[in-house]
Amino acid sequence: MTKQQANWSPYDNSGGSCVAIAGADYCVIAADTRMSTGYNILTREYSKICKLADKCVMASSGFQADVKALQKQLAARHLIYQHQHNKQMSCPAMAQLLSNTLYYKRFFPYYSFNVLGGLDNEGKGCVFTYDAVGSYEKVGYSSQGSGSTLITPFLDNQLKSPSPLLLPAQDAVTPLGEAEAIDLIKTVFASASERDIYTGDKIEIVVVNADGIRREYMELRKD
Amino acid sequence: MNFMASKQPENSLLGPESDSQRTLYPYVTGTSVVALKYKDGILMAADMGGSYGSTLRYKNVERMKAIGKHSLLGASGEISDFQEILRYLDELILYDNMWDDGNSLGPKEVHNYLTRVMYNRRNKFNPLWNSLVLGGIKNGQKYLGTVSMIGVNFEDNHVATGFGNHLARPILRQEWHENLSFEDGVRLLEKCMRVLLYRDRSAINKLQIAKITEEGMTISQPYSLKTYWEFSAFENPTQGAVGSW
Repeated sequence: MTKQQANWSPYDNSGGSCVAIAGADYCVIAADTRMSTGYNILTREYSKICKLADKCVMASSGFQADVKALQKQLAARHLIYQHQHNKQMSCPAMAQLLSNTLYYKRFFPYYSFNVLGGLDNEGKGCVFTYDAVGSYEKVGYSSQGSGSTLITPFLDNQLKSPSPLLLPAQDAVTPLGEAEAIDLIKTVFASASERDIYTGDKIEIVVVNADGIRREYMELRKD
Repeated sequence: MNFMASKQPENSLLGPESDSQRTLYPYVTGTSVVALKYKDGILMAADMGGSYGSTLRYKNVERMKAIGKHSLLGASGEISDFQEILRYLDELILYDNMWDDGNSLGPKEVHNYLTRVMYNRRNKFNPLWNSLVLGGIKNGQKYLGTVSMIGVNFEDNHVATGFGNHLARPILRQEWHENLSFEDGVRLLEKCMRVLLYRDRSAINKLQIAKITEEGMTISQPYSLKTYWEFSAFENPTQGAVGSW
């Protein structure tokens, strides 16, 4: 008698797209608010964005239960850090923690595709992009999730990122102003919703700058 | 040719990989649960059927239960796993009461607890085969959420499990609005349950509607919905395709 195979999967794709863009003194992190399973929409108003620290915000798409567990883990670890060091974690520190947390489950991964955005210790915008098992990179902008294949080429075109092979290393942080970056985000999501069935309903846009964190919303196609 | 029955079941020879203790598939199952927020709290509906595959084995299964003072839990999927969850929640509520501090677990907290339990079991590859709906109201704040067997959870103004997602949610998206009256809420739920009765093979025409408000939880006596079968397509099913059956 052959070994019984599981007829259920521990993973499911809840869909959705995330984007983050770093500027000279700000960082914009955005994600749509649709949560799906298969061809069904479960809810139109689910936030994929989580504030991890004062100047550090994460957006994650993929399998919602894993994303939630990951967010909780990081929030708990941040609390411990605050107790031990009497200060908030910086964005680069949180970036390393996220990578380690993901790799910890290398052999039963968090099905979570993350972009981490915020301000570094000098107040400059920074974005870190991840795969599901923790390999990460500091970049000027990034997109993850179901619409990333549609969004990334457009961002490449508009944000003219310098080649990482250049010496001396050139900053990938965009010279665009905050308002222009937000406008670009809105355009990019509107386009992605046209062709990606998992992206739509509403965008949640979080802006991190010297004044703190603020939130904006924009309606998207509901189909 | 092996004529002797093997003394050891194959699974245990595999040692730690023994699957005999893990859920592989559900046996006795309940079908959809539908719930919505209305003016005074939450309304939830579920039929009373417990199916054993394609057999309708049990016709008096209460798939909705009150949890503590503020919450209402409805479940679809494996009935025995639902009973196990009720045992977990009994213990949770007991410990909460034993503090005797005037505080009590609200629906948000119970939903969070259930999410962690379901996710944890999924991590161990031994899931509780249920889709749960958790609704309630505490200090005027209404709450309605759901958790699946792999830990996917969210809250919304209306939720449904199983077939309810396909058939009831679209109706609710069209017709739900803030501050529904009790009568309107019940009418809307009955509309959803009727569609499910017509189109879900495992649905039965014996349902209960539960309501939870600040005053507490009440659950209706079982009753059945009026159905209409005199559609010409039902009376003359082969009219458009002569020679078929």
